[in-house]
Amino acid sequence: MAEITMIQAINEAMRQEMERDERVIVLGEDVGTNGGVFRATDGLLEQFGDQRVFDTPLAESGIIGTSIGLAVNGFRPIAEIQFLGFVYQAMDQLAAQAARIRFRSAGRFTCPIVVRSPYGGGVRTPELHSDALEALFTHSPGLKVVMPSNAYDAKGLLIAAIRDEDPVLFLEPMKLYRAFRMEVPEEPYEIPLGKARIVKEGEDVTIISWGATVPLVAKLAADMKAQGVDAEVIDLRCLQPLDIDTIMQSVEKTGRVMIVHEAVKTNGFGAEIAALISERALFSLSAPIVRVTGYDTPYPVPSVEDDWLPNAARIVEGVQTLMRY
Amino acid sequence: MFDQNELRFEMVQLLDENGNGDEQELASFSDEFLVTLYRWMRKVRVIDERLLKMQRQGRIGTYAPFSGQEAAQIGSVLALRKDDWIFPSYREIAACLAHGLPLAQIFQYVRGRVMGRKMPEDLNIFPTQIIIGAQTLHATGCAWATKLKGETQVSVCYFGDGATSEGDFHEALNFASVYQVPVIFFCQNNHYAISVPVHKQTASRTIAQKALAYGMKGVLVDGNDALAVYKTMKQAVEAARNGEGPMLIEALTYRLGPHTTADDPTKYRNAEEVEQWKRKKDPLHRLRVLLEKRGLWTEEQEEAWVAQVNEEVTEAYEEATANETGSIVDVFDYVYGKPSKLLQEQQQEVARRKQRKEVR
Ligand SMILES: Cc1ncc(C[n+]2csc(CCOP(=O)(O)OP(=O)(O)O)c2C)c(N)n1
Repeated sequence: MAEITMIQAINEAMRQEMERDERVIVLGEDVGTNGGVFRATDGLLEQFGDQRVFDTPLAESGIIGTSIGLAVNGFRPIAEIQFLGFVYQAMDQLAAQAARIRFRSAGRFTCPIVVRSPYGGGVRTPELHSDALEALFTHSPGLKVVMPSNAYDAKGLLIAAIRDEDPVLFLEPMKLYRAFRMEVPEEPYEIPLGKARIVKEGEDVTIISWGATVPLVAKLAADMKAQGVDAEVIDLRCLQPLDIDTIMQSVEKTGRVMIVHEAVKTNGFGAEIAALISERALFSLSAPIVRVTGYDTPYPVPSVEDDWLPNAARIVEGVQTLMRY
Repeated sequence: MFDQNELRFEMVQLLDENGNGDEQELASFSDEFLVTLYRWMRKVRVIDERLLKMQRQGRIGTYAPFSGQEAAQIGSVLALRKDDWIFPSYREIAACLAHGLPLAQIFQYVRGRVMGRKMPEDLNIFPTQIIIGAQTLHATGCAWATKLKGETQVSVCYFGDGATSEGDFHEALNFASVYQVPVIFFCQNNHYAISVPVHKQTASRTIAQKALAYGMKGVLVDGNDALAVYKTMKQAVEAARNGEGPMLIEALTYRLGPHTTADDPTKYRNAEEVEQWKRKKDPLHRLRVLLEKRGLWTEEQEEAWVAQVNEEVTEAYEEATANETGSIVDVFDYVYGKPSKLLQEQQQEVARRKQRKEVR
């Protein structure tokens, strides 16, 4: 098995799906000749030609809106939004159009598109290149939201997303694109959307996270073990549909819950998870739920972003708080 | 320098307000076609008037009438092939009917039924669009797909003058022209976007001229002249089918009624203006004059046709109301191909309520 990075895994997933199914096409800004600003679509234009890989005009609503028409008329577009912070330009086409095509037409039409987009902090970007905006889309029925945290998951989840009949937002933590290599099977495989992964089993506390923050949480959980705290780490991988069963089983076991995400705190997806746990297992909890998230400000400038993001100190402190009960 | 004051503006018109036109040009339309065209226009006028009445009686919900725009909608749709795609907004009920949508289905829609926006499987009609301008991009994408597959359908996007101010309009025309896809942007300039007159919408002298900036052809046509609309559309559709790319058509017309049944147009336009359009420029009048000149239509035929359509409306209404299915339990079925566990829980909750007859 080859050891590859997440960006390579994403590229491989698209290439293999394009080989398998000629309805799969790729469109977006700079995705053709340039192979994407992160090289996610590197080599696709050369291999599949300019009738399947399109450098589009610079227009996010146009990219998503035309993808909808392409999808309804038989294609399976993979659209790239260059950075997730630019998705506001396409908000109507995503949340009010793509999400509702099946619903609006009472099942006559479906909209099998994948919208890929890099997001996440810690890489010193200009404004609006780092924001984690997943909660906008979990609040839009009809969309699926997938957020991988490593190369293996990225490949299997992206393949599943491309084969899915519904529109999928596939959010890629850019900090992790080349952060580490991982063994990834060469042949195509699917990871079902809506199945969380238990990164580390544990008895004392459940830490739920997804996307960009998972590697940090996993590392800290390993360190804590040495200090006598046995944390269970859940990587949700997919927020919509949500693997509620895996969450509840873990919470029933540990009785202590921490949720870690990069997005701002208020109305972040962590709030939804906390509410679901309170509805279903309040009396199994030994401690109040702790959230470690971005603060309720716009994503800040590079000189202070590391102190804004969930970091080791805040996560460790949160676990200590939980363990005091 | 590009200066709109130096552009040459023409409006395609074959039949003037009094039913006169170039004889040779008019001779190219067969008797049969003229009768079909007129029957459609008269039919949808009757339907529109009935729907308005039904709204006042509380039998249907909020309704956006199209009277005054029959020539634009029917003239353009009759130029299409059965398998061509249309992308309607809320005001395009006439176009949908002429493209094959059954009247009973329209009742499902205007009565707010769960299946109301489901177009029949064999009709290439996109679900009615409420967000102004959003469908322009869907039409472009759909036409793009047609081109990539090497098929020959044309996509036709309907929208109003107000929609041309939206960003999606710009993006759609730009994409369409860059990729040279077979889409026709059919703008019914009915002079108002709710209350806002078109001169407050744009400083362009015409909407048609906007095509130039995208490198596509634009045509201004008398939207109350069904023959001019038909001919222009036919040319645009054939060009698109032959791979000559998109076109923007501006059909100049007028909405005779309110924006919707919730609107009071006396707040923003005067009665005199409306009367002018009603008496002088009605799209049905000029065609009827032509038919009568050719001896193709009489007052008796008119009365019989109107009576027949009225009966059809009553029957369709009865058919639609007799078969009204769909409850809150069903809405969960169309969110995803397979509902998630959490969604299923919510559906089970309403199903229990339904069993207890707490919900419909
Ligand atoms: C994005 C959006 N903004 C505002 C509205 C509210 N609205 C509904 S119809 C309308 C006017 C549209 O005018 P026009 O495009 O000229 O079409 P017409 O109604 O005249 O057919 C407005 C402002 C809407 N439906 N969608």
